[in-house]
Amino acid sequence: MSSSSQAPESWISAFCSLVGHEYFAEVSEDFIEDDFNLTGLQSQVPMYKEALEMILDVEPEDASDEDEEEEEDEDEDEDDMQQDGTDGPGRGYRRATDAAAAAAERRHLRMASDLSVIESSAEMLYGLIHQRFITSRPGIQQMAEKYELGHFGHCPRVYCHSAKVLPVGCSDIPGQETVKLFCPSCLDVYSPPNSRFQTVDGAFFGSTFGCLFFMTFPELDIGGQMPEPSTAAQNSTNAAATKDSRSSLSSSLTSGQTQIPPPPIAGTVANAQLPTQPESINGVTPKNLAPGLGQGSIYEPRIYGFRVAEIAKTGPRMKWLRSRPADVNELDECRIWEQNQEATRGSAGITDGAADLGDSEMADENAEVDEGEVEDEEMHVNGAAPPSGGTQDENAAPVKEVTSRRRPSRRRGHDVLHNGENGGTALSVGGAG
Amino acid sequence: MDDFASDTDSDYTSYWRDWFISSRGNEYFCEIDEDYLTDRFNLTGLNTEVQYYQYALDLVTDVFDMEVDDDMREQIEKSARHLYGLVHARYVVTTRGLAKMMEKYKQGVFGKCPRVICESQHLLPMGQHDVANMSNVKLYCAKCEDIYNPKSSRHNTIDGAYFGSSFHNILFQVYPTLMPPKTQRRYEPRIYGFRVHASAALMRWQEERREAMKDRLRQRGIETGFEDEDEVEEEVESEEEEGEEAEDGIDDMFEGQMPAAAHVQ
Repeated sequence: MSSSSQAPESWISAFCSLVGHEYFAEVSEDFIEDDFNLTGLQSQVPMYKEALEMILDVEPEDASDEDEEEEEDEDEDEDDMQQDGTDGPGRGYRRATDAAAAAAERRHLRMASDLSVIESSAEMLYGLIHQRFITSRPGIQQMAEKYELGHFGHCPRVYCHSAKVLPVGCSDIPGQETVKLFCPSCLDVYSPPNSRFQTVDGAFFGSTFGCLFFMTFPELDIGGQMPEPSTAAQNSTNAAATKDSRSSLSSSLTSGQTQIPPPPIAGTVANAQLPTQPESINGVTPKNLAPGLGQGSIYEPRIYGFRVAEIAKTGPRMKWLRSRPADVNELDECRIWEQNQEATRGSAGITDGAADLGDSEMADENAEVDEGEVEDEEMHVNGAAPPSGGTQDENAAPVKEVTSRRRPSRRRGHDVLHNGENGGTALSVGGAG
Repeated sequence: MDDFASDTDSDYTSYWRDWFISSRGNEYFCEIDEDYLTDRFNLTGLNTEVQYYQYALDLVTDVFDMEVDDDMREQIEKSARHLYGLVHARYVVTTRGLAKMMEKYKQGVFGKCPRVICESQHLLPMGQHDVANMSNVKLYCAKCEDIYNPKSSRHNTIDGAYFGSSFHNILFQVYPTLMPPKTQRRYEPRIYGFRVHASAALMRWQEERREAMKDRLRQRGIETGFEDEDEVEEEVESEEEEGEEAEDGIDDMFEGQMPAAAHVQ
């Protein structure tokens, strides 16, 4: 392996150019040399000192003095067996050259026996440093360049239209999971297509990196090679249209073929009803909030052009996973909560917020449910109500009241976290209540 | 021409279909029965779709024995592949075709779902269109009900119409027991262990959808098809509202799957 400084290139660049290590950024030496960045890693990596020297291409003889002195005492209690190996050459350097030569020989012997251990330790250490590095400013910048160049590949999901993905870990502890790919377009994680990445530990990227990256670069267009905005809109109207006119065979057939722009029928009405979209929803521009999800991007199982009913035993059950409100205002939980609060105070019964919510949800679900849908929706709105027959007979007004009372209790927890929202950090603790 | 391999052109392979399905990149195809291919009814309308239809059919059924130049041979070869694909789309929805594809599915010939949460669920090939030359073959995961691009480029050139948009759904209608249980677990983007508001809000919204759907299904007395339904279903809602951090640690990036605590609503 390319381990020592005899090699023309540094250990780091050699490591990063290995097959399967394409995802790694090259951690700058400055970063590694700053002890603060290595806090706590000593206890996680065996033969820490040797591994660090290997990464930095530091020969034990000419190890920089600060390195030696600062880490010596910590090392002594950690791995005593290395003492002769590391200390010897260090002193030899300071005293005389012949002593150094002897020490180098000893080092050589030790290296020969322990090389593989140190090598694997170095990889582990590098990975753990890498996890920290890519969340630092220079690191994330480097990863951004790799991202732009498509080094990490694309989302395999058809409706993500080859959105670029990022390597992430599902755990920050090494040895648990291999590296995964996070798609910002569908907010899901995928296994890398090539098996060579199955030897790369996910902890070397960490669970934080994926999301932090897209918050650091909010202006990135994460949507992949989406169809033109106009066609995208048409597609969604198309989907809406087919949902509205579910009895029409012709329209349901064409909806499978997104290339054909559909006649602007009922769908446009639905679009026109869409209220103005905010500049930013929950700290993200609506354009960049899971652009690969929502109407037109949900797979719709069909048999000979007819959609498989939800109530079929093998019918679709996972649409929720890929859904996204056409009107992102629905995700402004804080506003909805406030509106519901007002409504409760006014006890006027029907409020904007509740009506809004009910409407939009019905619009979305229109297709799947038929005659009974109104009751279903109301049921849903007032929060997982037990499926007791009572609700069926209730008329709209009482249900709405229930809604406005239920909502606050559901949202209370999230209200708290919204305060930090304006700062642009958009970091919040879920369910803090 | 309806006699199986009666007089085969021995210069070329004697069993064209054997060669075809065993050649690299054609792993997704199953072998179409001789009887099916020779029944004219099954080929209705294909003569307008395929150039050199008769020659191509002869080649597929191993009765092509005309001397033609290489260019022509190439053309016919291409047509034969196209014809085979189109017939394949019809064949795989027949009882025997389904059985063959089911076997391949069970063996995982079509690959595994790239989505981490699906845990290597086997995939099925499908097309988004039933008309040729519209899109390439995609892979359908029955667990997440989504479609993915094949990871190998050699499969990316196969026309989706060779499998059709109905086949995979019909397969599960015919073999409902093959339907894998769905999972409610999902990936949650987090930063230093904290969920990120934008995606978390979207996920809460999505989960409302899911609960609404489950309510609809339950009302009709239909199984929801989710794994561990009994334990999880009531838990999910409450889990969101109450102390979540207490339960799942920093490294638990997937939500759901909470052990049913003593918690009755």
